[in-house]
Amino acid sequence: MGELIMAVRGPDGTGPDGTGSPEGADDIEFDLAVMSTRHVNAALRALPDGARARVVNPAGRHNLAVGLSRAIRVRIAGPAGYYVGGLSAAADVDVDGPAGWGVGENLMSGTVRVRGAASQSAAASAHGGLVVVEGDASLRAGISLKGGRLAVAGDVGRYCAFLAQAGTILVGGDAGEALGDSLYEAVIYVAGRVRSLGTDARVEDLTEADVAAVRALAADAGFDHVDPQNVTRVASARSLYHFDTAQHAAY
Amino acid sequence: MPRYDAMGDDAFDASPAHHTFGPPVIAGIRERAELGRYPIRGWGARRAVPDFDDLLLLTASASRYPLEGYRERCDTRTVLGGRRAGRPVVLDIPITIAGMSFGSLSANAKEALGRAASLVGTSTTTGDGGMTPEERSASRTLVYQCLPSRYGFNPVDLRAADAVEIVLGQGAKPGGGGMLLGQKVGARVAGMRTLPEGVDQRSASRHPDWTGPDDLKIKIEEIREATDWQVPVYVKIGATRVDHDVRLAVAAGADVVVVDGMQGGTGATQDAFIEHTGIPTLAAVRLAADALADLDLTGDVGLIISGGIRTGADVAKALALGADAVSLGVAPLIALGCNAPTYRLPAAGEAHADVGAGSEVDVRAEYTALGTAPGHCTHCHTGRCPVGVTTQDDALAARLDPALGARRVANYLRALAMETTMLARACGKSDVHRLEPEDLVALTVEAAAMARVPLAGTDWIPGR
Repeated sequence: MGELIMAVRGPDGTGPDGTGSPEGADDIEFDLAVMSTRHVNAALRALPDGARARVVNPAGRHNLAVGLSRAIRVRIAGPAGYYVGGLSAAADVDVDGPAGWGVGENLMSGTVRVRGAASQSAAASAHGGLVVVEGDASLRAGISLKGGRLAVAGDVGRYCAFLAQAGTILVGGDAGEALGDSLYEAVIYVAGRVRSLGTDARVEDLTEADVAAVRALAADAGFDHVDPQNVTRVASARSLYHFDTAQHAAY
Repeated sequence: MPRYDAMGDDAFDASPAHHTFGPPVIAGIRERAELGRYPIRGWGARRAVPDFDDLLLLTASASRYPLEGYRERCDTRTVLGGRRAGRPVVLDIPITIAGMSFGSLSANAKEALGRAASLVGTSTTTGDGGMTPEERSASRTLVYQCLPSRYGFNPVDLRAADAVEIVLGQGAKPGGGGMLLGQKVGARVAGMRTLPEGVDQRSASRHPDWTGPDDLKIKIEEIREATDWQVPVYVKIGATRVDHDVRLAVAAGADVVVVDGMQGGTGATQDAFIEHTGIPTLAAVRLAADALADLDLTGDVGLIISGGIRTGADVAKALALGADAVSLGVAPLIALGCNAPTYRLPAAGEAHADVGAGSEVDVRAEYTALGTAPGHCTHCHTGRCPVGVTTQDDALAARLDPALGARRVANYLRALAMETTMLARACGKSDVHRLEPEDLVALTVEAAAMARVPLAGTDWIPGR
């Protein structure tokens, strides 16, 4: 791991144990310009609970900060590729830029935040935790969601929440076509317009519990442009839960 | 050989009237007219297709000499995934147990399969719906499937696995997603899959976070990162465009390619899917082996073949055609008791009862109630399995004793391994992996063309 040691330094360049000013001072820095993704991920996984790391020069690399299982904070200083923060638990991963496909996919707990736009399948199959996209999210955001929470500040593309099984999705902007297609028990809240609903998705009345859920999710996501009283709730009509010939055309 | 029953009706009466609108076809049309839906069933293709029975082994005589059948060593050790993984899968025999879900199978069945695999030093595989603790603890080598649905998929179980199998499709329904009807989606199954209890679960057919082979490459890297590059990554495909698909799986970084032919089974899917999609295992194995050979990766990228493997002869022929290992689904279930007229309970207090001990309970009336009979049943989808294999009903599941079932399956796998080595020795091979296409001839022109071995008694390979 000689390469790893050479590439790790504190913010003042003194090394991983270096100390300095309070904000970001304790961040351990990993430089992807000289380290492989594999080395950086192995080093991140080796950090103890409470550690803070900064990954510089990501340049859209795929699979950054995946498979984390400790309560560490990872700041990725630039764009990330596919699956950033995927298959992780407990960690807080922050991307200073846009992210590719599957941001926070299969997340179990913790947070993945993208300070930009996210490509397709954001938070796919996330079982827990929170995925925040501060820009827009592309197609199939929240696909097959399994209990996690997804908050998108901007718009989402087509088939958002496709086959989503459990969890909550908050869309701060507009939702594209076929929102909530083939939904199970996940619930979607949209602050803007809904272009069209997918098969078996329907608009339902907003309850106090919904307002509270939206308020909490917006607060956790840091969204101040969403009025919790003024969102559209979309959930499953549950008409596809069981085989029924009459509905075959719905597929 | 009875003709394929085109309408999916249970044609075990083997009606002699095999014309376009024979009795089974009439019954099938009537069923669709009455119910307005398609027939759903378990198992794989029932139509007659060219298979390993259409090949013969050319054992030794004057031009080759055999090894002593009962004395000389014939190695069966099998290593999979040695190219990139820190911990390759090392098996004592090249005969593995295929992915079948807890949900489709009872927890007892899954546990029995795991124990059996461990007893004979081979691997078993999870399925749609995730890994159960019983299965993990019972299995020495457990392959963890990553399926389009991602039901129950999580990083903790991922890291507890000995290999990961990314499933693109299966032979019974290539291009289709899983199906588990509501009667089998009980509280535990529903909880593991994050689904409402009792829902007619129809799984996704496409992965949620990647689509093409370029994406798959990144996905495989993600799995490797999450497992610290320690375990092999398999890619399983349903046999359709095998040459292209094997090449793409290899390009994406697969350590092992699993190719499931159309005879491969399922717990439930549309009969039209089972009988009318994919290609026979016999054709698939040769296409896959040739693709790997063309890439100069024979032996480096493992090839596992599944779909209708029943005997040691099937295993030997599959290995001769280029497989590194085979995978079995339906056959171990039959060894467990599937389609038996009775189930056997261990004698009281006999935790390690012999397979012949205990008492037998006749369940033929229950098969009749399902509209079938022992030896003909493919009613896995109903969840009413009279012998406790494919059910989520506690009372039915209790009919399968995991210890007893494990012994039966282990016996079966051992017998297969013995048959395989017997045939390999007779071919003069001290290692089953040295069987080769040159050891084979075909009985039919079709099999000769598919397996690319000569028609028996000729040097003719169709198309060559």
